[in-house]
Amino acid sequence: MTNKLVFENLKHRPVRTLLGVVAISIQVTMVLALVGLSEGMLNDQASRARGVGADILIRPPGSAIIASGGQMLAKIIPAVIEKQPHVTVATGVLIFATDLFNYTTGLDLPIFDQLNRGFSFIQGGPFQGPDDVMVDELYASQHKLHVGDQTNINNHWWRVSGIYESGMLARVVVPLATLQNLTANSDKVSTIYVKVDNSANIAGVIADLSEKLKTYKVYSMEDYTSLFSPANVPMLTEFIWVVVSLGVLVGFLVVFLSMYTAVLERTREIGVLKALGASPGYILNILLRETVLLAIAGSILGILLSYVTRFVIHDLMHSLLIQAIVPQWWLAAAGIAIAGALLGALYPGLKAARQDAIEALAYD
Amino acid sequence: MIDGQPIISIRGLRKTYHVGEVDVHALRGVDLDVEPGEFVSVVGPSGSGKSTLFHIVGGLTPPTSGTISIGGRDLLGMSEAGRTELRKTSVGFVFQKYNLLPTLTARDNIEIARDIARKKGAKKNGPLDTEFVEVLKLLGIESRLDHKPRALSGGEQQRVAIARAIVNRPAILLADEPTGNLDTENSNAVLALLRDLNQRLGQTILMITHNPEAASYGHRLVRMRDGHIE
Repeated sequence: MTNKLVFENLKHRPVRTLLGVVAISIQVTMVLALVGLSEGMLNDQASRARGVGADILIRPPGSAIIASGGQMLAKIIPAVIEKQPHVTVATGVLIFATDLFNYTTGLDLPIFDQLNRGFSFIQGGPFQGPDDVMVDELYASQHKLHVGDQTNINNHWWRVSGIYESGMLARVVVPLATLQNLTANSDKVSTIYVKVDNSANIAGVIADLSEKLKTYKVYSMEDYTSLFSPANVPMLTEFIWVVVSLGVLVGFLVVFLSMYTAVLERTREIGVLKALGASPGYILNILLRETVLLAIAGSILGILLSYVTRFVIHDLMHSLLIQAIVPQWWLAAAGIAIAGALLGALYPGLKAARQDAIEALAYD
Repeated sequence: MIDGQPIISIRGLRKTYHVGEVDVHALRGVDLDVEPGEFVSVVGPSGSGKSTLFHIVGGLTPPTSGTISIGGRDLLGMSEAGRTELRKTSVGFVFQKYNLLPTLTARDNIEIARDIARKKGAKKNGPLDTEFVEVLKLLGIESRLDHKPRALSGGEQQRVAIARAIVNRPAILLADEPTGNLDTENSNAVLALLRDLNQRLGQTILMITHNPEAASYGHRLVRMRDGHIE
C-alpha cells in the first residue's frame, strides 16, 4: 500500500517527477561519461601500444608512466640495447604533443615495421619523402583527410602518404628525422621499443637492460599496458572525485528542492496520515521511498544517456576522444545518485515527520 | 475497557495554548462522560473549545491538566507514540473537508487506513471482510470505490471518509462538522448514515456541529461555551 501511495504521488506531479529524474540522470551521466572517457582514452592508448608488437619498452629516467614527456639519447640503442643477447630489433620513436590529447610520433619506418607486420593501410602507403605524414582512419575521418592532401601539424605542412587502420602506436606518424629537426631534438627519442627472439627471454633481457641502463625505466609490454589506469594518470583520480562530489551536490540540491516543495504541498495530506495513526517513521519512509524511486529512475536514464554521449562523441562529432561504456561503474554511479538524493530528502522528510498534526490539518 | 464504564471519561480537563507571550485557555475544566454506543452532539459557538476537545479526545494534542481516559486508557502524560497508537487503533476521524488523499482511489484511501493500523510484521492487507462490505453498501459507495476523490461528489467523498474512519473498528468515531461542506440533501444522507452506523454497529460517535438540525441526530446534546460544558 505504501508503495502504491509513493507511486501515485510521483504520478500526481509528472513534470516535477520528470525534472527530478532528468536532473539525477545528468549527474549519473556526468560521472559515467567522465569515467568512460578516462577509461576509453587509456584503453585506446594501451591497445595502440600493444599494437606496436614490441616485447619491451624503455622510457627515459624520471618520466611518468603515462605521458609523452621526457627524452633520451637515441645512441643507447646501438651502444647498449642492440648488443644485448636475444634482442632482434630495437627502435626509438619521438613523441611530440600536438595538443592536450594528440601527439605526433616520429619513427624510423623500415626498422619499426620489423617489430610486427607493419601498418595496415586503408589508403595510400608508407612515407615517400621527409614531409610525408601517415594518419589513422579516425584522425583522417575527423580531419576529412585523403591521401595526397596537405595538412598543417605543429606549424609544418605535411603531405598525407597513407591512411592506416587504427590501433597501431599513434594517430599521426611522421619520419623520425624530420620531427627531430623540427622540434630541435636531434638524436633524441621518447620511447624505445625492443623485440626479443623468444618470449621466454623477455624477463632475462629486462633484468639485464635494467642493470645496464640503471635510471631508465624498462617495462615488459604486458606490464606497461596494465599500468594504463586512471590511478596512474597524475591528478585524474582527484579530478574524477571532484566531478563525483559535484554530482552528489547536484543530486542533493535537486532532491532537496523537489522534496521540500512536495512536503509543503502535501502538508494537509501529512496531517491526514498522522490523524490515521501514521508514525513519524511511516511518513519519513514514504518520502524516502519516493526519493529512492526517483534516484533509481534517474540512474537508469543516466546509464542510457551515457550511450547517447558516446554516440554524440564518436558518431556525430567524430571526435578523437574515446568514451568507453563502464558497466563496472553503473552500481557506483547509482549509489552516488541515491546517496545524494537521500541526503537531499532527509531534511524535508524529517520536517514532514515532525509536522504537528493539527497545524497540518488546518493548512490550506 | 471495563464493562459498564464510560468509553470516554473526562474530568477537569484544561488546555492552555501559548501564543507568543499570551496564554490562551481553550478548555477551562471540562467534565464529560460518553457511554459505549452513544451518539453525542457537541455544539457551541466558534472559540468555545469544541475543536480543542475533539483534538484531545482524538489524541492529536495532549491536555494540559485534568484526567481523560478513552476506552480505559489514560491520555494525560501519554507519549506522542502512545497517542499515535491511540489514533491508529481506537479513534476514527471524519473532517469537514473530507481530507481524502487526492492521489489515491476511494478504495485505496480506505486501504491506507488499514495499512497504517496493521501491526508490524503482520501480513499485507487481505480482502475487506463481509461485514465491512455490507457497511460499504450501507454507505452507498461500493460502486464508486475505484474513483479518485476528484471524480466523486462532496457527499460521496464524505461517505468514503466515514468508511475510512471506521474500517479499523475504532472505539470512537470523531466527526468534526461532517456536513459543513455539504448541501442539505447530502447533509441529511450523511447524518442518517452516521445514525445508522450507531444503531446497527453500536458505533460510539462524538460529533461537533454548528447546525442544530444536525445536532438533533444524536442521542444527547452537549453545549460548550468559553471552554466549559454548559
